[in-house]
Amino acid sequence: MIGIAVFGFLYIALNPSVLSKKPEETVVDVPEITSEIENGIHVATGFVDGDGLTEVIQNCTNCHSAKLVTQNRMSKEGWIATIRWMQETQNLWDLGDQEENIVNYLATNYAPQKKGRREALTNIEWYVLKQ
Amino acid sequence: MKRRSFITKGTLSAFGGILGAEIVFGHKIPLGYRPLALQDPDPFKLFDKDVGMTVLNNKPWNIEAKAHLLDDKVTPNKFMFIRNNGLIPENIDVKNWSLTFDGESVQKSKTYSLSELKSKFKHYTYQLTLECGGNGRSEFNPPAKGNQWTVGAVSCANWTGIRLKDVLEDIGIKSDAVYIGYHAADRHLSLNPEKEPISRGVPIAKALQDETLLAFKMNGEDIPLAHGHPLRLIAGGWPASTSGKWINRISIRNKVHDGAKMNGTSYRVPCESVAPGEKVADEDMCIIESMPIKSLITYPKSGAMIKKGAPLDIRGHAWAGELEVSKMEYSIDFGATWDDCTLEKPTNRLAWQHFSVKISNFPKKGYYEVWARATDSKGAGQPMLLPGWNPKGYLNNACHRIAIKVI
Repeated sequence: MIGIAVFGFLYIALNPSVLSKKPEETVVDVPEITSEIENGIHVATGFVDGDGLTEVIQNCTNCHSAKLVTQNRMSKEGWIATIRWMQETQNLWDLGDQEENIVNYLATNYAPQKKGRREALTNIEWYVLKQ
Repeated sequence: MKRRSFITKGTLSAFGGILGAEIVFGHKIPLGYRPLALQDPDPFKLFDKDVGMTVLNNKPWNIEAKAHLLDDKVTPNKFMFIRNNGLIPENIDVKNWSLTFDGESVQKSKTYSLSELKSKFKHYTYQLTLECGGNGRSEFNPPAKGNQWTVGAVSCANWTGIRLKDVLEDIGIKSDAVYIGYHAADRHLSLNPEKEPISRGVPIAKALQDETLLAFKMNGEDIPLAHGHPLRLIAGGWPASTSGKWINRISIRNKVHDGAKMNGTSYRVPCESVAPGEKVADEDMCIIESMPIKSLITYPKSGAMIKKGAPLDIRGHAWAGELEVSKMEYSIDFGATWDDCTLEKPTNRLAWQHFSVKISNFPKKGYYEVWARATDSKGAGQPMLLPGWNPKGYLNNACHRIAIKVI
């Protein structure tokens, strides 16, 4: 599928007229990216809506899925340490003046919750066992 | 319902980053359009997995089972967890696949074609337990960074291949060999060809075990792509990250292998136990070797309601890393009392063992939890609470439990 997409981009790159003349033909029959927010969640990525969302999408979903972010819970210090680890070992770029925004977004929306030493079982789907 | 559109030029250039290429005329793509290459494929179809599996991460792909999906004695592909550190290789060329042996402690570097490996060395099949070092990470407090595995990052399939030790004998390794390290065809998430997503290994003693295989079949068929086709190193009982997928090179090292994910907090735990949340210096971290004693109740699925007076049959598997499981117990009163389960011997060393029991002593109606506890051949059992905290949340072997109602 990626091969087809690359071909598509190459075709468009080599034949820009297809885009400039009939842009509508390049977008048919393709499910659209859900670029909207529903119930406080950015539908396409699953990120919580909040200040810094755009910067997080732009900087944190190039290499890995948003799911790697949303399934984690860290303090501000923990998120900063994670960013440093990615910069030192995983080729993440310098986030510059966007870093504060990004870290605040993460530490606000994905903060640790105290779980104790063993949590109660939750989300149990009860059913009658056929015996 | 609040709806807000936010796609900007910046977002599109980020998409270009995902593709590894600029989206030419990206600024002309209408709002709301998702480029074809960015549309997510259906992972269940893509990897032939059961739809009950949980996708933790789609880049890189990480998918886990649920306890009740692991009921088979031999795990079929559809219920086998997928753990990736990087991007799955594409366009595998089986006909020209080769495996090179190099490193400080090899007598002479040597390359075998895959067909040569298959024809020259004797084939063996073992049922081998592979568990992700981070299985159970989601329960640690303070939380540990990474994919939040619950209980389903474990499998026990039949693997067919040749013994690594037979190949090492054919090549000749020096007496100062300490470790082997694998190299593979997967790609780093950053798409930087200089970086390996993961390059781990095992000490020579583990490499020379009978059950340590260079495998080309899983459950009697070619290994599925997501699980390492066409060649996978299998080191049962150790963190599954030591069982490198898509391998094309093995280095025989005269020191502990220092590839990607061998250092820092990766697959390492504090050499001496620490308080939850404590900072640990790099030099105080030790590489995980054998996985600890653990068990899983695979039947019934949690949430079963039974009539008062009816017995409840439970079953599952237990495994103990390098060791054997010697005892299996269950409790219906939160650990106040324990009773024995029937425990089978393993099919072969490093295979999980099956347990079962009929529970007939629920005293009255109400909410119960059935807890399972295994003990290994050296007497170590599973804790009911979380075991020692470590920075990356490895080795959670706390007892598994299911919820039961007697009605």
